[in-house]
Amino acid sequence: MSVVFEKTSYLTEKPFHYCPGCGHGIIHRLVAECLEESGMGEKIAGVAPVGCSVFAYDYFNCDMLEAAHGRAPAVATGVKRAKPDTLVFTYQGDGDLASIGTAEIVHAAHRGEKIVTIFVNNAIYGMTGGQMAPTTLVGQRTTTSPYGRDEAWCGAPIKMSEMLATIPGAYYIERCSVDTNANIIKTKKAIRKAFEYEKAGKGFCMIEVLSPCPTNWGLNPTEAMKWLEENMIPYYPLGVYKDKGADEK
Amino acid sequence: MALTLMKGSEALAEAAIRAGARFFFGYPITPQTEIPEYMSARMPEVGGCFLQAESEIAAINMVYGAASTGERVITSSSSPGVSLKQEGISYMAGARLPAMILNVMRGGPGLGSIQASQGDYFQATKGGGNGDYHLLTYAPSSIQEAIDIMMFAYDKAEKYRVPCLMLADGIMCQMMEPVEMPEMVDFKVDPEKKTWAVTGWKPGDDPEKRAVINSLFINTEELSEHNNLLQATYREIEKNEKKWEYYKTEDADVIITAFGTVARIAKSAVDEMRDQGIKAGVFRPITVWPYPYEALKEAAVSCKAVLDVEANEGQMKEDVLLAINGTKPVEYFGHCGSQMPTTDEIIAKVHEMMKEGK
Repeated sequence: MSVVFEKTSYLTEKPFHYCPGCGHGIIHRLVAECLEESGMGEKIAGVAPVGCSVFAYDYFNCDMLEAAHGRAPAVATGVKRAKPDTLVFTYQGDGDLASIGTAEIVHAAHRGEKIVTIFVNNAIYGMTGGQMAPTTLVGQRTTTSPYGRDEAWCGAPIKMSEMLATIPGAYYIERCSVDTNANIIKTKKAIRKAFEYEKAGKGFCMIEVLSPCPTNWGLNPTEAMKWLEENMIPYYPLGVYKDKGADEK
Repeated sequence: MALTLMKGSEALAEAAIRAGARFFFGYPITPQTEIPEYMSARMPEVGGCFLQAESEIAAINMVYGAASTGERVITSSSSPGVSLKQEGISYMAGARLPAMILNVMRGGPGLGSIQASQGDYFQATKGGGNGDYHLLTYAPSSIQEAIDIMMFAYDKAEKYRVPCLMLADGIMCQMMEPVEMPEMVDFKVDPEKKTWAVTGWKPGDDPEKRAVINSLFINTEELSEHNNLLQATYREIEKNEKKWEYYKTEDADVIITAFGTVARIAKSAVDEMRDQGIKAGVFRPITVWPYPYEALKEAAVSCKAVLDVEANEGQMKEDVLLAINGTKPVEYFGHCGSQMPTTDEIIAKVHEMMKEGK
């Protein structure tokens, strides 16, 4: 029998610890496949965050670093400056990137740091058990917004892709989602393009991926996908927010 | 070799480069800004990297990233900035990353002052960040000594896989002294030796050589095993790396304990007291972690009293007390507002102690 599909060798054999219906498993696979397709071989280093994907270093089958909460873009900067020929990526959640790590992500973009950031936005703190994130939607109930997020009290959710796209050093910013097969394919295309830009030494790239968190949203996996489509996508529209590569063509 | 008159901050920066450092990440803060300034001009000349970070927090995490590749990396800052680096330093200790961190101490707490101080002794020697760890910590008292330490510190940091801290102060970095600058070391990362480092790995390669730079051990047995390894390393460092200086302690009735710049003032006070017929000496730790307890204990065997002099509220006195262990009276003199103790003040304090029969 001929082999028509194989798991990418850039994922280890370790079983994911993620909850049923979580988007991380899909996104890990897409990133790892793109790493393999990049043809960079041994010249790849990833930086894991603090959050649900803290163990990403156990899953991505390449040199990996575990960063302090929010500091992945600074750690990636150190690696990239020391090894400019290495493909360096960070994998971060919304608590990590949009809250405690805002300075690091803004300035990595500001410097035009030649790295790729995979930003997984599920509108909640997953690992600590469902607290409000800067990305939590208005009215969304979490364990620290039990009456629903009140905009008057703690602001409206932050839109990182839109914000980072305004920074001159940002080269390519796109928001994707893993709610449908079509969107999963689009997400992979975006990640692949980001790595191509990094290989070409272009500049800072970030792919934001809207991702479901059934466990902390209190929904089953199917309901969670529906909730993402009906609530997250309208507030966080999918699409390309910046693509200097396309502009240059 | 010819002597050159150099400012401390620039001499330290140049020494780091001579020792093989090619990556500097930092943020401006008085009184050490001349170090990043010097590095920004010098690093491109030697094919190195100077990068001004958005904060000290980012700078130390850039150090974490670059040090992970096995390169020689340095950051410098001053007290409030070093406080911001503590998170990253703790992670580096946990992930066993060698690097050089330079603290040009100024007054504290908080913004404190911009003048020299020794107020970060506790932070440097007793922790600073979270968890059970130590930094190999040197407290030079002259620019030449700081240069000489810099030349071997990376070897030590790499041997033990620990971050190394140089505890200097505002005076040392702002003053000028004639120094002898050593030749450039030819440093290159050897991936065969640094199998832990990010040097390139792909699926199918030896799994043992995949770099995982990490301080997280969620399983308590694994964390214990990891921390026991760190502790065993610290015991080795304690055994092998303690450094100190005895200055006229052999026949001394009064031994002054002091480190860094203050030890120089103490030596001047000792010289004056010797002229007055008072037998005084100085015990100066060069490593403040590991602290040379035994060497101090030995020096103090035949003295009558010990006087701890510092430009802080007497933080090192705790280590002096541990070394002396109640066998001699231990007094303290110093200032904790970025004022340096003077020779006259030290001599007056010794006279007072003698009058009281201590």
